[in-house]
Amino acid sequence: MNQPLLVTATQKAGPRLTLAIGAIAVLLLVALPLLSLLPADHALQVSAYTLTLVGKILCYAIVALALDLVWGYAGLLSLGHGLFFALGGYAMGMYLMRQAAGDGLPGFMTFLSWSELPWYWAGTEHFAWALCLVVLAPGLLALVFGWFAFRSRIKGVYFSIMTQALTFAGMLLFFRNETGFGGNNGFTSFRTILGFDIAAQGTRAVLFLLTVGLLLASLYLCRCLTRSKFGRLLTAVRDAENRLMFCGYDPRGFKLLVWVLSAVLCGLAGALYVPQVGIINPSEMSPTNSIEAAVWVALGGRGTLIGPLLGAGLVNGMKSWFTVAFPEFWLFFLGALFILVTLYLPKGVVGLLKKRSQP
Amino acid sequence: MLRLLLTLLMLIPLATQASEGEFFLTAKPAEQAQLLESWAAQPDSARLSLLENLRQGRIAADDTRKVRLNNRLRGLIDNALASHQLLSDNSATRLAAAQQLQKSAQPAQMAFLDRRFALEVDPAVHAALGLALANLQLGASEPAVRLAAVRLLGETGDPLARTRLEALLQPNAETDPGVRTAAETSLAQVQRKLLVGELLGQAFSGLSLGSILLLAALGLAITFGLLGVINMAHGEMLMLGAYSTYMVQVLLQRYAPGAIEFYPLIALPVAFTVSAGVGMALERTVIRHLYGRPLETLLATWGISLILIQAIRLLFGAQNVEVSNPAWLSGGIQLLPNLVLPYNRLVIIGFALAVVLLTWLLLNRTRLGLNVRAVTQNRNMAACCGVSTGRVDMLAFGLGSGIAGLGGVALSQVGNVGPDLGQSYIIDSFLVVVLGGVGQLAGSLWAAFGLGIANKLLEPQIGAVLGKILILALIILFIQKRPQGLFALKGRVID
Repeated sequence: MNQPLLVTATQKAGPRLTLAIGAIAVLLLVALPLLSLLPADHALQVSAYTLTLVGKILCYAIVALALDLVWGYAGLLSLGHGLFFALGGYAMGMYLMRQAAGDGLPGFMTFLSWSELPWYWAGTEHFAWALCLVVLAPGLLALVFGWFAFRSRIKGVYFSIMTQALTFAGMLLFFRNETGFGGNNGFTSFRTILGFDIAAQGTRAVLFLLTVGLLLASLYLCRCLTRSKFGRLLTAVRDAENRLMFCGYDPRGFKLLVWVLSAVLCGLAGALYVPQVGIINPSEMSPTNSIEAAVWVALGGRGTLIGPLLGAGLVNGMKSWFTVAFPEFWLFFLGALFILVTLYLPKGVVGLLKKRSQP
Repeated sequence: MLRLLLTLLMLIPLATQASEGEFFLTAKPAEQAQLLESWAAQPDSARLSLLENLRQGRIAADDTRKVRLNNRLRGLIDNALASHQLLSDNSATRLAAAQQLQKSAQPAQMAFLDRRFALEVDPAVHAALGLALANLQLGASEPAVRLAAVRLLGETGDPLARTRLEALLQPNAETDPGVRTAAETSLAQVQRKLLVGELLGQAFSGLSLGSILLLAALGLAITFGLLGVINMAHGEMLMLGAYSTYMVQVLLQRYAPGAIEFYPLIALPVAFTVSAGVGMALERTVIRHLYGRPLETLLATWGISLILIQAIRLLFGAQNVEVSNPAWLSGGIQLLPNLVLPYNRLVIIGFALAVVLLTWLLLNRTRLGLNVRAVTQNRNMAACCGVSTGRVDMLAFGLGSGIAGLGGVALSQVGNVGPDLGQSYIIDSFLVVVLGGVGQLAGSLWAAFGLGIANKLLEPQIGAVLGKILILALIILFIQKRPQGLFALKGRVID
């Protein structure tokens, strides 16, 4: 469509224009929630549906960024990032369920005729502890898994398979009613967050702005990391881990740090996703979701910071259009996307733009 | 009034069958139950056909009126019928009847069972009747009779004997201390026998799961070992094999109903061809271009699997299709009272081992196998020696996919056939490959059976899900010790 135009434009103007486009995109994202606060009959009013959809995609973009950090820079393709995302979401969901239930037990527990909260629910009525859990749950899991995995130098496809099995096991665990997380249905019908009505336009706008803020913050963090010496080391891990070791570095620590950081970012994204979308259930942990995140990164361009954001936006935008217009053909399209991107766009859309600008 | 009527009925042996049937048809359910109980206690061979008809819900073969039955009445009819069948001349019928009576006999039938027990000549039926009688004698008034019955029950490995003995050991149920101690020893005996049966059963289902994992993982191990790529569409090759079986079944039903008994055998070459063909086509068109980039191959093959699943969903519908066992694969061998080995699972275990043997022969005794092993060990050196590596890649990929197709035929005989079939096995078969070591047949064999049995032994103790998670944790810990899997190729290459 207008991509060739964009390509030529980028070619001519170079980094300054890229910066300008980025600034416009950020301005638009900030304006979106403000526009949603306008009265319903106003011409510029943004509907709650659009705001939720864009907010959701922004959360996915953070996941894509986190995945790119480990895959694009450190060469560890994780097929289990959905697990960290969902863990963050569940931690936030626990707080929201406690808010909705008041002094009583959450609805699904009374349904199972439980008389008291399981021990791991303790303290979840406090927002601060829930926030700690959002960071701790994915972080600790990533730390333990990563410590074992990197210690025995599991890498490449082995690592991908183990992470996939991990998220699969997590999904099975959360599907059980006895696990105490609502089983099949997960958490839903939230009412308030910090006392504010969760469905109110104002709350939605604030959550959206928080998501934009988190996205920008993680973008900045990733930029600092990848530009530093640490980033160079990660690239070395990806390209020639053995040579790095021969040079006297121990790659395990670097890998572990970037792996845990990536998991925590996913958890935070999940925590912002749940109040906006209003539901979290174990299907978020299904291997399909995690591997879909890999195609966002691959489409946008691995090893770049803007690429994953573009990819997440493009794929999810197309997904929401396709599943309404041609629901049967979405999987064909997604499958073809997987094949075509890997065959013809090894550096993604960003690579395409760069190639044109440096003939 | 009713009692009088019943007594009258008993007293008139001339009352014909037809009138008994008529009477049964018009009686209220409570009366029908009493009638059945009295028939069971006083069997009369003339009544056999009436009872057989009652089981079908009618009083005679040529009578169109339906008899309304509830579950309790059906049970009573079965019991009365078994009672009557004890009079049969055929010892197999008598044995089945005696086994039915072990479950359902009522105290009123005791006198009759006692008589038959004394008359019975066939040793198997004699023993079965003895048990049926022992069940009833548990309620006898003399402690000596109860003691004998309790001891007899201890000899069996029957789950029902356990419940009966447990009921006897309830507080206030048995007053005689001698019988109580005997019952305790008998219960311990029965439980030991049952435990053996249960453990054997779990081990067998573990073997069965292992054989399916083996069929799924074998092809994966070959392609992974050879090309260093993970084929995420491998599960869909299983699915294609299962759907080929379904198509063969449907086509045979329509065009050659005579051969339907042997459709799984006909499906084997068909499934192999279909899966191998699709696999080779994929290798030629997609995977070939991605060599040296294993992570991208993983994503591309995942895309292929999405397309295959959705294509099958559009062609055959999202529901499971029905694949039925032929007669020679249904049923099973009863080894212990609580252990039945189904034929289909036995055949699949044998089939999986046969496939492993054939693959081993193919890899170790043919020219192609030699080439495959050469390329697996050192691709560049093999190419220098004149091995056409591209052709070997394609054929090996076809072989791996074809084996998955054979696995699909086996799966269709024990599980549901639906578009998501492959997805449920793919992660487990990856774990088999990781655990067994790449490109190693022996490793895959041990890993598949080990994982299958561990899964099934853990399942009853801590539940299926926690068992899976525990196994995953164990595999991660295991890889700490042996990063290359159980059986690693020795080499000096480092990248």
